[in-house]
Amino acid sequence: MVGLPMTAASSTGATASADVPLKRRLRRAERTRQVKALALVLPLLVFLLFTFAGPIAGMLWRSVDDREVRQVLPQTIAALAGWDGKDLPDEAAFAALASDVLAARASGTVAIAAKRLNYALNGFRTILTSTARNLKAAPDPGMAKETLGKINAAWRERATWTTIKDASGPITGFYLLAALDLTRNVDGAIIAAAPDQSIYRNLFMRTFVISLSVTALCLILGFPVAYLLAALPPGRSNLLMIFVLLPFWTSLLVRTCAWIVLLQSKGVVNDSLHWLGIIDEPLRLIYNRFGVCVAMTHVLLPFMILPLYSSMKAISPAYMRAAASLGAPPLTAFLRIYLPQTLPGIGAGSLLVFILALGYYITPALVGGAADQMISYFIALYTTETANWGLASALGAVLLLATLLLALVYGKLVQGQQVTGGMKN
Amino acid sequence: MSDNSSLRTASQRIAWTATIVVSTLVFIFLIAPILAIMPLSFSSGSYLTYPLPGLSLRWYDDFITSPRWMNSLKNSLIIGIASTALSMVLGTLAALGLAQWKSRFKPLVLAFVLSPVVVPGVITAVGLYFFFAPIGLTGSYLGLILAHTALATPFVVITVGATLQSFDTNLARAAASLGASPLYAFRRVILPLILPGLASGALFAFATSFDEVVIVLFMAGPEQRTLPREMFSGIRENISPTITAAALILTTVSVILLATMEALRRRNERLKGGG
Repeated sequence: MVGLPMTAASSTGATASADVPLKRRLRRAERTRQVKALALVLPLLVFLLFTFAGPIAGMLWRSVDDREVRQVLPQTIAALAGWDGKDLPDEAAFAALASDVLAARASGTVAIAAKRLNYALNGFRTILTSTARNLKAAPDPGMAKETLGKINAAWRERATWTTIKDASGPITGFYLLAALDLTRNVDGAIIAAAPDQSIYRNLFMRTFVISLSVTALCLILGFPVAYLLAALPPGRSNLLMIFVLLPFWTSLLVRTCAWIVLLQSKGVVNDSLHWLGIIDEPLRLIYNRFGVCVAMTHVLLPFMILPLYSSMKAISPAYMRAAASLGAPPLTAFLRIYLPQTLPGIGAGSLLVFILALGYYITPALVGGAADQMISYFIALYTTETANWGLASALGAVLLLATLLLALVYGKLVQGQQVTGGMKN
Repeated sequence: MSDNSSLRTASQRIAWTATIVVSTLVFIFLIAPILAIMPLSFSSGSYLTYPLPGLSLRWYDDFITSPRWMNSLKNSLIIGIASTALSMVLGTLAALGLAQWKSRFKPLVLAFVLSPVVVPGVITAVGLYFFFAPIGLTGSYLGLILAHTALATPFVVITVGATLQSFDTNLARAAASLGASPLYAFRRVILPLILPGLASGALFAFATSFDEVVIVLFMAGPEQRTLPREMFSGIRENISPTITAAALILTTVSVILLATMEALRRRNERLKGGG
């Protein structure tokens, strides 16, 4: 298979017409080879399009998709199209709304629009459902404004109408803005969201801080181990490598469960400390930030040790000997000669750990408290519990963007080191 | 500083000793949790604390007689084996193609193929949840197998690709010049040589599926719950020692996978050393 077309071309070429130049025949053979190669990759590409890229594109689309209100209140949206938003809309918009609400009540779709509008303006659910309940029939011509205003005074407010206009779709920046604690005010300008709704910047900050702490812990703990493994003769370092690889291969759930056993109030750690007389009362070691950091560091440490190890293994001992023979004290030689050569490994390991930590869900969910949940937890929560898919997707989009940017940096970093699994040309 | 003989001064000896002490503590940190959980599965009491009141196999009995746990083990095996098989086919073909394909788009294609490893599990899971629900693939084995295959295939592409990199293409040319058909040459010459790489890829793929829980959380119905999924709700709801029995079973599988991997690596090194 490998290299075959070229051989076949040259063996048949001996008897075939000599007027086709060899160069062209070789080029043609090479082209066939390339097409065949691409054909081998194609099934995987198509598969990933269906099971990976498509779904993620769909999620990104949901973060800007805004068609719910449009489907339920089509006439209102049409009537508001020409509205400048400076004053209350005209009578026609009120009449359109009344007609839409009656139709929505008949088809049972009021709740769909109410849910979406309530995200933008707290209390909108009540406004819309009370209107649907109390509007007995289509108001007389010219009376729509008055009738609706009587049912719910909110219809006399400009903000109620700008909320509908903002949600008229088909696409919106509402969810993406909300994911960054931003919103649009009644005049359409982007402003900071109300303090009780401004939780996401803090959440991103928390995710960032936890990931950074875990990365730092992994680096501090991983560096000496990688150094030891690289310095020992292969026989012994292979043996010790099992200590790194066994946790690496052990199920995440098993390891998380193990930390609960160790750190709970009657767990091994508390019991030992009590037995040693260091503490009287059990320490709170789990279901808090400490537990999350310890368990995540445990899970991610191998991802730091392995790249560090391979970069240290590549450093020739001759450099250190040369430094020593030139009179450098050991510490100077380490800091000036050894450490700089491990920087690519430190960079690769730290980035890898940080990227993986950013998206963590299972470990914080099981060993963290309410104040230690990271961004993934909220994406999952909004998807399965509250079904606020727009916001879940917007938070997902921000996390995805951060991850991909860091992965790009990581790719550039390891490209220089030729550790892309041998797949690089 | 390749070994102890080059340690000359007292400060170097102190630094070396400190490295050993710190590393030993880190090794304990890495291994202790896994070792600490094991004996609890043989406890006769119902609490996950030491000292053990006595030894028994009641939690294994509980595991084996519980339809919930046994069903989850069966599901893990079904989904793991099926997604391994599928990712082996797709991943090996892609690795063979990528090894020969020369194009400036190759890094881009490679990045795309490897991206399921980098993208956070929750994002993939949410995307699949939205995408598969309308076409009836949530709450089905097929949906989970497809999703796990997407996650596992990058590992196959990497491992098989690395093996192909060290493969001497002259051997294939020699086979062809001796009259072997492409398929025959693949079966008799290429395949035996890249088999250890394929096996490593399969182990990685299986481990990926066997350990995956986020996608299962979103997509599995009660019928498709896997072992890690069952452990997740076990830890959340009522942490009973049956979980530690399940943990020991999972860890045994991990040790077998790791040992096989190590054996393959050594065999490969021996072959390279002898070649």
